Amino acid sequence: MKENKEELLEMLEKMLEIREFESSVQQYFAEGQIPGFVHLYLGEEAIAVGACSALKEDDYITSTHRGHGHLLAKGGDVKKMMAEIFGKVTGYNRGKGGSMHIADVSLGILGANGIVGAGLPIAAGSGISSQINGTDAVTVCFFGDGASNRGTFHETLNMASVWNLPIVFVCENNMYGISMPQYQSDGRKGQNIKDVADRAVGYGISGITIDGNDVLAVNEAVNEAVKKARSNGGPSLIECKTYRWRGHFEGDPTNYRDDEELEEWKKKDPIKKFSSFLLDEEIITEKEFKQIKDKIKEKVEEATKFAQESAEPSPDDVTNNVYFEEVE
Amino acid sequence: MKNLTYAEALREAMAEEMEKDSSVFIMGEDVGVFGGCFGVTGDLVQRFGEDRVRDTPITETAIVGGAVGAAMTGSRPIAELMFASFMGVAMDEVFNQAAKMCYMTGGQAKVPMVLRTPVGGGIGAAAQHSVCNESWVVGIPGLKVVLPSTPADAKGLLKSAIRDDNPVIFFEHKVLYETKGEVPEEDYTIPLGKADIKREGDDATIIATGMFVRKALEAADQLAKEGIELEVIDPRSLVPLDKETILASVDKTGRAIIATEETKRGSFASEVAAVISEEGLYSLEAPILRVCSEDTPVPFSTVLEQAYLPSTEDIITAVKSSL
Repeated sequence: MKENKEELLEMLEKMLEIREFESSVQQYFAEGQIPGFVHLYLGEEAIAVGACSALKEDDYITSTHRGHGHLLAKGGDVKKMMAEIFGKVTGYNRGKGGSMHIADVSLGILGANGIVGAGLPIAAGSGISSQINGTDAVTVCFFGDGASNRGTFHETLNMASVWNLPIVFVCENNMYGISMPQYQSDGRKGQNIKDVADRAVGYGISGITIDGNDVLAVNEAVNEAVKKARSNGGPSLIECKTYRWRGHFEGDPTNYRDDEELEEWKKKDPIKKFSSFLLDEEIITEKEFKQIKDKIKEKVEEATKFAQESAEPSPDDVTNNVYFEEVE
Repeated sequence: MKNLTYAEALREAMAEEMEKDSSVFIMGEDVGVFGGCFGVTGDLVQRFGEDRVRDTPITETAIVGGAVGAAMTGSRPIAELMFASFMGVAMDEVFNQAAKMCYMTGGQAKVPMVLRTPVGGGIGAAAQHSVCNESWVVGIPGLKVVLPSTPADAKGLLKSAIRDDNPVIFFEHKVLYETKGEVPEEDYTIPLGKADIKREGDDATIIATGMFVRKALEAADQLAKEGIELEVIDPRSLVPLDKETILASVDKTGRAIIATEETKRGSFASEVAAVISEEGLYSLEAPILRVCSEDTPVPFSTVLEQAYLPSTEDIITAVKSSL
């Protein structure tokens, strides 16, 4: 667990950055400035930040369609991310990927992914690379409860276990795969178990379920799993219970869930939980908290301005990057 | 020169690249102590160890997806699918992940992986183990596609594929595995995108791939006795395609017959026909013809399988009809 003030504040800042970033994306998407689809991470900030705070720069993550939070938490540049979401040439992917495909390979961010569950086998691959190339890099593989029903989940956890791959599987159980509840005792459900972590036993790895809205709990669990993976102890599955405040995508009517349920979860706001702890323990003052919030707001506003003012890609760029070219 | 089988030539290519580059590794079902379903990996596990010749569970999706992730993070995986027919199990990893990663990331992600897999009928393996599925991948931007017909080509092309910084689908024809041929002693590679003229002739051009290069050469031998000289071109790599060599030959002969083992509709052969009609129509003195398999699943009985597969005789008939 993080104990010194500087580290705790870094986590708070990252969570606020994600909150501010996603709120801006929500706004500009609604205004029609952002094309395509966006899937927001609002309400789940503790997981990305808790997990990525346990990593080194040369560790890897694989992400999902709901990836903005993971990427920011792993150190993704706010400006390049926002510009990519706006489809601009200054974006991470030169406007070729958009929200669902942002990557920063140099930071070990192996990409958001538009196919649910596709990040899992890719994580197996980065785990294999650590073994082949003799590095101590660990991969954190983010995926959701919906992905845990896909074959990719089964095949990857099995392979990771058999080969003792250095991977931490972080399942963000936000209770719904679009409209399908992960579990309920009565009625429709994606799986007939309450906890995704129960599946770990079938692969011979450890599995735990934790409060995904508690950044310190996430950080502690992932830290331990990373340590284990780094010292050749193999993979782990950590299920983080959480809730997405927005629909699956912006524009989702959310007719499959009650407003009361959302309100209940908003009371468990991960940022409020963490900031209250920091204030109660007198680790930060109200004044410091406000200063941080103002600083983050300004940073995201700058990024948005950068994105809005950046150039569109040139139509001539459409045929570039189909095949890899070494850049001098 | 030395005399090697197609399978031995492939094994030599992998061994040489693994000696040279410690980031090259193999993974697939039964590639280790079993030596590969068709014996291609052979003794490589004894030579390079289980870490670099990885026996996987039955897990096609994780084999291909794992190769993508490994390739993105500094390794050069050679993944093997036991039969090309099993590619359907891992198709998202082929078409949404491997192929698109570089483009989607704006050129950041390098995916230097090879996916080796055997195609083809002729051994009674029936519908789910015999497909020639070149058409599944030839149309996917971001992939390179190779199908060698001789041991020498197999070795030189596989070495290039392993060194390539892009995903390469490396098809092998299972009937060719035990065929022998001369292979250079020295270290060599054959570039992807360079066709080979397997026989020169002035009367008609046959563009043939894989097993059908042999059938086209047999047809050429027989037709030569009647004074008809065929030019046999093996593209060797289907993507990138050496259009120049094909078009130059068609310009010389005025006749184009495309012979591949795929089912005809929507095939790689159709793509070659389209290229010739777009860029070489005025060279033609007769319609382009495709000699391909029947548009059916591959049948089991030997009689039916032979009825499904085009024969050397079918190629001869096509040539004569175009003269």
